Amino acid sequence: MKNQKVGLIYVSPWIVGFLVLTIWPMIMSLYYALTDYNMIFKPNFIGLQNFINLFKDATFMGSMRSTFIYVIFSVPLQLAFALIVAFILNFKLKGIGLFRTAYYIPSILGGNVAVGILWRFMFQPTGLVNNFLGTFGIHPIGWLSTPTGAMTSIILLKVWQFGSSMLIFLAALKDLPTELYEAASLDNASKWQQFIHITIPLITPSIFFNLIMQVNNAFQEFNGPYLVTGQGPLKSTYLASLFIYDSAFKQYNMGYASAASWVLFIVIVLITIILFATQKKWVYYSDGGND
Amino acid sequence: MQNTSSFHSKQDTRKRVNSALRYIILTVFAIIMIYPILWLIGATFKTNAEIFTSASFIPSRIDFTPYVKGWITGGDYTFTTYFINTFEYVIPKILLTLLSATLVAYGFARFEFPGKKIMFSLLMATMFLPAVVTQIPLYLFFRDLHLLDTYVPLIARSAFAQEPFFVFMLIQFMRSIPRTLDEAATVDGCGSFGILRLVLLPSLKPALISCVIFQFMWSFGDFLGPLIYITSPSKYPVSIALKLNADTSAGTVPWNQIFAMSLVSLLPAIILFFSAQKYFVEGVTSSGIKG
Repeated sequence: MKNQKVGLIYVSPWIVGFLVLTIWPMIMSLYYALTDYNMIFKPNFIGLQNFINLFKDATFMGSMRSTFIYVIFSVPLQLAFALIVAFILNFKLKGIGLFRTAYYIPSILGGNVAVGILWRFMFQPTGLVNNFLGTFGIHPIGWLSTPTGAMTSIILLKVWQFGSSMLIFLAALKDLPTELYEAASLDNASKWQQFIHITIPLITPSIFFNLIMQVNNAFQEFNGPYLVTGQGPLKSTYLASLFIYDSAFKQYNMGYASAASWVLFIVIVLITIILFATQKKWVYYSDGGND
Repeated sequence: MQNTSSFHSKQDTRKRVNSALRYIILTVFAIIMIYPILWLIGATFKTNAEIFTSASFIPSRIDFTPYVKGWITGGDYTFTTYFINTFEYVIPKILLTLLSATLVAYGFARFEFPGKKIMFSLLMATMFLPAVVTQIPLYLFFRDLHLLDTYVPLIARSAFAQEPFFVFMLIQFMRSIPRTLDEAATVDGCGSFGILRLVLLPSLKPALISCVIFQFMWSFGDFLGPLIYITSPSKYPVSIALKLNADTSAGTVPWNQIFAMSLVSLLPAIILFFSAQKYFVEGVTSSGIKG
């Protein structure tokens, strides 16, 4: 059919873009990772030397460790908040739109430099957060001067932006069949039991989707630490993306930085694959997962 | 049967207590969520001394001097330049996204062609592909094309539909438009492009508006892209200018001016959000997987 060629013409911008702006750079990235390219001399092939050096590099290993801490705390907290708030917002209450707006706004603004600057200021010794805690008689906390405090401040920035996950949960909650709840009420199941045994299983697909997206984003987080804490005390918030940025665009160690980006890439892909593999065990698809 | 009425009134009180409780929880959390933004608004009118000492967001005076001084900046360029620069790549990026994503989505949604299944899987896979791995080779690629310090690298991916979120969202919308409309148009002698323009585009309006809004938010707030690619101060967008202003002012930092400009930089996003709330919800939920 002549239709076939027509379809290809329409998707051709994507095909070209995919080859030139995604696949080719990935191949080149792998190539650079195996060289000592530093923008001055031509790249020399050095095999796996960059990777060996990375694993001996305390700064890089520390940045990977910080990245894991950041992901492990920020993602579950963010999703938990998103789910709880979505659950409460799902009830028919007057003025609910106003609340939805209040909870979504931080996600709209969250990535902006302005918010990063505001956050850095809020967590200063005499900033808003300590002033606020002071009204409860809590002594000022060294948010930006202690490793734990600095990490907490950027995790809070991430958690604060739970809005888009919340909207996805909210959409899922609105789609739930009411019959199941009526049946459960007849069986005298408490609200809590209904939440655990009906709501949660039915929205596992959106939990899964949000989890994958947020893990992916959190592993590559740049703006938060770069704008709020920088490296942080003892490089506590020197996340992998900051390490890669500095190695590539400040020191011009393109080979080394490419290798580091491949390590981060492989970690994210592996975790994504593992999450997909566990899907069968806990994600419930009403259509048997064929879609 | 006399118990029924007391049972009902008991239920009523319980209901009322329950919804009151929900309002209280929602309100407390909402205030915590938006307090930083409210405080930021207040801080733009405060004196520097007041910024440091008061946790209240209400300023003791209303003074627009921080806005005027902040806009002029102490540097070579004013925020007029930075805003114009930002729009110089944000607007083409939005237009190209609309064009490329619509064409590609049309190809995927309405045509059969060899390799379609694989291509669609690849398109979806790039949604989960960590972008960090292409960062360095893309930089070197654009350097070889002598396009560093131009806005081309910031726009390129949009021109080739390399942002799967938009393509996927439009595909979902197109699938919901009945094919019988296409067929009727074909009978009337309409070509494939005519169908897209005359039949699909009018119904796609809400989806396209969602694309515009999200692309505006993301590209306006983008920091890492300009940080990597733009080196001349005369070409800086708002995001970079803000960051530099917050960093370089030595001695007594004019925080009220920095906050004033931060707020100004957030205004487009805030205005857009309030004028197009429903499109956000549509955009997020149609891209997310429902439970």
